[in-house]
Order: sequence, then C-alpha cells, then structure tokens
Amino acid sequence: MTTDDKTLKPAHGIGRRQFTGAAIAGAATLPVLHPLRLVRAQAPVRVGVLLPRSGFLSAIGAACWRGAELAPNILSDMGLAVEVVGADTESNPDTGRTQAERLIREGVDMLVGCFDSGTTAAVAQVAEQNGMPFVINIAADPAITEQGYQYVFRNFPKAPTLVMRGLGSINNLFEVTGTTPRTTVFMHINDTFGTAMSRGIQALAPRVGVPYEFLDSISYDPQARDLSVEVSRARALDPDFLMVVTRLNDAILLVRECVRQRFDTMGIISPGSPGMYEKQFADTLGPYAEYATTSVPWFNPTSPITTELQSQFVAEFPDQTFELNPGFTFEALMICADAAQRAGSTNADDLVAALRATEIAEHPMYGGPIQFDEEGQNPNIDTVVVQIQDGGPVVTAPVDIATAEAVFPVPSWADRG
Amino acid sequence: MLPIEFYFDAAIKGLLTGSVYAMLAVGLSIIFGVMRVVNFAHGEMLVAGMFGAYLVFVTLGLDPILAIPIVALVMFLFGVALQRGLIDRFITAPEHQQFLVLIGVALILTNGLDMIFGPDARNVQVPYAFASFEVGPFFLDNVRVYSAIAALALIALLYLFFNHTLTGKAIRACADNNRGAQVVGLNVSRLYAITFGIGAACAGAAGCLLIMVIDVTPHLGADFTLLAFTIVIIGGLGSMTGALLGGLLIGVSEAMAGILIQPSLKSSFSFGLLILVLLLRPNGLLGKRSS
Repeated sequence: MTTDDKTLKPAHGIGRRQFTGAAIAGAATLPVLHPLRLVRAQAPVRVGVLLPRSGFLSAIGAACWRGAELAPNILSDMGLAVEVVGADTESNPDTGRTQAERLIREGVDMLVGCFDSGTTAAVAQVAEQNGMPFVINIAADPAITEQGYQYVFRNFPKAPTLVMRGLGSINNLFEVTGTTPRTTVFMHINDTFGTAMSRGIQALAPRVGVPYEFLDSISYDPQARDLSVEVSRARALDPDFLMVVTRLNDAILLVRECVRQRFDTMGIISPGSPGMYEKQFADTLGPYAEYATTSVPWFNPTSPITTELQSQFVAEFPDQTFELNPGFTFEALMICADAAQRAGSTNADDLVAALRATEIAEHPMYGGPIQFDEEGQNPNIDTVVVQIQDGGPVVTAPVDIATAEAVFPVPSWADRG
Repeated sequence: MLPIEFYFDAAIKGLLTGSVYAMLAVGLSIIFGVMRVVNFAHGEMLVAGMFGAYLVFVTLGLDPILAIPIVALVMFLFGVALQRGLIDRFITAPEHQQFLVLIGVALILTNGLDMIFGPDARNVQVPYAFASFEVGPFFLDNVRVYSAIAALALIALLYLFFNHTLTGKAIRACADNNRGAQVVGLNVSRLYAITFGIGAACAGAAGCLLIMVIDVTPHLGADFTLLAFTIVIIGGLGSMTGALLGGLLIGVSEAMAGILIQPSLKSSFSFGLLILVLLLRPNGLLGKRSS
C-alpha cells in the first residue's frame, strides 16, 4: 500500500501532523484491540529455560545454558523463532518450583529444563498444575513421565533405558577389547537420579546378562566434600573395575582419591551419568582423566545440524567443549520452536497437540526421529560409548559413528603421571 | 568382612580431615567465647578464604599453605573492619538481631563472590595433588597430611597467643569477666575487634587448607557454617580445645560411619552425635557448666 500526500490535506480540519500523530497512536493501540492469540502467534515462542546455574550443579547448568544461548540464532536460520528466558534453579528443587511459577506468571509460553531429576520432577508438577507445556532437556527418573501428565514431554532416555543400553554397551566393550572383568564395585550418588539408576542396575543386570559380580554398592552424597573412605572401602574389596554413577564434582573427587590411594583397576566405567565426559573433569584431572568411559546419549557427529551447532559453539565458546548438555538443551528448544510453528499459536493446548505430533528426522543428538509416545517420552534416543582420550571425549562405539578405538584395560595411574 | 587395617586407615583419614575441620571451628568458638556473638557468616568467610587462596595461586603461583599468612591477614583486616563498622553496634542487641545481621553479611558475601567469580567450581592443582605417602598398608595423601599439620600448627600458635601474650591474656580476661575487664581499663571494643579479626583469619586459613581438598564455589558457605556449629557445640561453645576435639571427633565419626553403615549417611551420623552430646552434656564435651 502506498500513501499519497494529497489525501492527507486538511479537508476536514485535520492537519498532516494531527493525522500522523493519530496514526501512530492508533498503531500503538492495535495490539490491544486484537485478540492476544493473533498478535502473539506472530511473535517468537517465549520459552522459560530452568537450569541449575548456581549451586553444586552449576558447571553442568552453565554447559546446558550455552546450548540455550545459541538456539535463537541457529533456529532463526532454520526459520524457527524462539525467545529464551533464563531462570536459575540453584541446584535446588524448591527453588526450581518457585522459578517455574515465576516464569509462568511472567507469561512464558513453554518451559524447558531442568537437568537434574529432583528439580525436573518438581517443575513437572508445576507445569501440569498450570497447564504449561514443559519439554525436559535432561532428566532420567522414569517416574516423571509415568504419572499420566499431559503437559510434560521428555527428550532424554529414562534411567532403565540408560541402564539397559549402558550395561549392553559395557558388555560390548569387553567383547571388542577381549578382556572380561569378573568383579566390580558400584559407586553411586544418592540423589533422585543416582537412586533411580541404582534401582535400574539391580533390576536389569541379570536380564542383560553381565559377566561380572557386584561385590558392593556404595552410595554417597553428590555434594560430598571427601570420598576417601568410600574409595578405601571399594579398594579393600579389590574389584576388577569400578562402575560409577556420578555428577561432576564427585567424579573429580572420586578419581583423585583413586590416584592418591593407588587404587588401580581395569577401568572406571559409567553406564550413563554425567561427570566424566565434561571439560572440567578432563581439565582438572589431566592425565588421570584419560580413559574414563561413559555410555551416554550423545550428539550425532554425522548430522548437518550438529556440524552447524558445533561450529557456532566453537566460535562463541572457544574455551569450552561441545557435549551432550548444550546439545540436549538446544534440541529441547528446537522441539519447542518446531511445535510453536506447526501450532501457529502459543495457546498451551495447541502447543501440546503439536508436541504430540512431533516428527523431527534431522536433529543434533544421536538416535531416531524425535517423536513422543503416549507418556510424552521420546523412545528413539540412542546411546554411544565415549572415552576421554587426549584430553577430550571421543566416541568409541557404535562403529558407524566411532572416531577412536576403545582402550581397555586402562594403564595404571603410575604410568600416566 | 573388611580387613582390620581398613578400619585404622579410615580412622587416620578421619583424623586428618577432622584437623582441618577443627581449624575452621576454632575461629567460630573464639568469637563466641569472647563476644557471645554467633557468627552465622563463618562458612562464607571460609569460602572467601578459599577464593583468596585460589587468587594468590593463580596470580603469584603460591602454594595455598604458603598463602596462609597473606589470606589470613586480609581476612583479619576484613574481620576487624566488619566488627568496627557493623557488629559492634549489635553487641548488646538481642540475639535474633545479631543473627539477622550476620545472615545478611553471609548473603552479601555469597552473592558478592558469585558476582566476582561466577558459579563455576574453581580448584588449585598443587604439584603434590595426586601424591601419597605409603605407610605400611596405609596410603595417606600428601594434601591431607600437609593440611592437617598446618592446621594443628596454627591451632598451637593460637594457643600460645592466648596464653603467653598480653593481648591474648586481655582477650581471655574479656571472655572470663567482661565487666571486670572494663573496670581494670582494658579497651574492650578494641579487643573485640581483634577477636573478630582472629576468628575471620582462622576461617581464611582453613579456606587455604580446604581449597586443596575440595573445589570451591560461592555457595559452599552454609554447609560449612553448619559443620562448624556442629563441631563447636559438640566440643563446647567457647572452648578452643573443645573445638579441636569436636573437629577430630566429627572427622573420625564420619569416616567410621562410611564403613560401618553407608557413606551417604555420614552427615546423619554427625548430627546423631550432636544430639547425643546435647542430651548427655548440654554444654558440650569440654564446655563450662553454666551456673
């Protein structure tokens, strides 16, 4: 539409200035007169991202947040509009609940979070009570999506799936390397995630057919200041290898203590937990971090979106390592933006209907297309085996995406210093 | 059944860790013993000390044990300034007001450190971080052994200061009989400032020792305040020897709980011990009976 100055002449006593002023005022009030839904459909979907950016999980929370920071630009290039609103759960479920309520009051359209299962369970409750679509980036406690929630969707494996695939990967590692240990001690954190993993291992190990015996199961506080006694206890049992479910800080403490007590085993292996593939783990422990092995959902290095995401990540955060935490957080935002675009609305029920119909074939994390079953769970996420080699995590299995060969048994601590 | 030497090993490790805990608790005990003020910001002062040691390490490359004089001096001056500028006004105020002021100081310290350093965990990698002494069947890591020696040496120095210097004796006089100390002409306000400074310096020194054992984040403080309280209450409020005994007891009991029950129940074992002491000896193991 074009404007013609001639039509703006003061024929009825209205001057050009008055007309312009009235037009501006009218334009300013237009959104108020239109239905809210129509106006907001044109805006990016506002997603509240809840992460533990302070407290004992802060390092991992910061890693997740990097994925959220990259999302708006990369998704915009893909034609998806998203606005990210961050909130800190302070590694505390109660704070997570309060922050979720605050974000909902402030008018976000969807929630994403929260990395740890305890906080995620609390936020899921708030989301369900408020009819707020909630996409879980990382959290494995199966109970979260087994309560019949309608607004909660999880793009991360449940603990039993992690355990099943983790134990299977560990068996495979032993077969490939031709070394089968006979005994292990299981050391794990005692938070919601650690307990769920422990229960999963106890229930599923006989079904998977593990070739080793569990000599002991040692649980400890994830905020432990000292793991010397825990490691001494494991050392006294002389296991062939250590199976661990950790967070970051305790993973560092645990390995440090193993070195100090000269507690050599064939290796330290996690069937699916954070900590040992993270940058701070490798930076802090140096050569002693090498060969720490984790079976874990990971990014797909062959996906074009991963390549794009990784290159932007390196440009934006040159001192950091791209791993699953930013990957899954980015992917959760991608799911939200995709649902909002298909819904053509930011109405919660429309978004939920769109989330249920999600079908994303090309995405950064390893596994099949992103879909949600009737529980709101994506069943298609696969796991890979990563091992720290030359100061960073490399994929050693499955073979189609492996970038290095697994080392097992690992060299003794004395041979690394 | 675990071999018997394993229990000795755990007890020795508990004693080493307990020595560092004692260093932290001594500061809290001194402040309460003299000023009758419970320092609810003590854990946060420890965390400030840890960050101080971290800064000295990354800027000057100085080992945290060697950084103790620098960090302790800075924390002493901070403590004196805090006492003179703020705490002194609340010395005679009701306890709940003192409590609120010090909680406020704790919040400011935590959030200030968060703003300066961010939430990421920081650590100091000394050259002997992974080394250990092999003594018979036991492995004692160098970091804990050096930290424990430094903590015990500092506690001994404090003991000498309070028993063999004029200022130390004057502070003890204030603690024993505040009014009497004023009557004989002691500058009680100045002595309180020195006492609070010493308490803060103790927290700073304990921070230098702990940074070698655990990574520091700004939000660690509350846990350590609670730990220091537990130790001081078990040992006896206001008693330096009690704080030492309490620290060692907590260290050993946590270690033994890790073997006898489950490591995840270590803290509940400490609190169980605290309840037991409160039931049987409400003034703590070495605390004075109130008249």
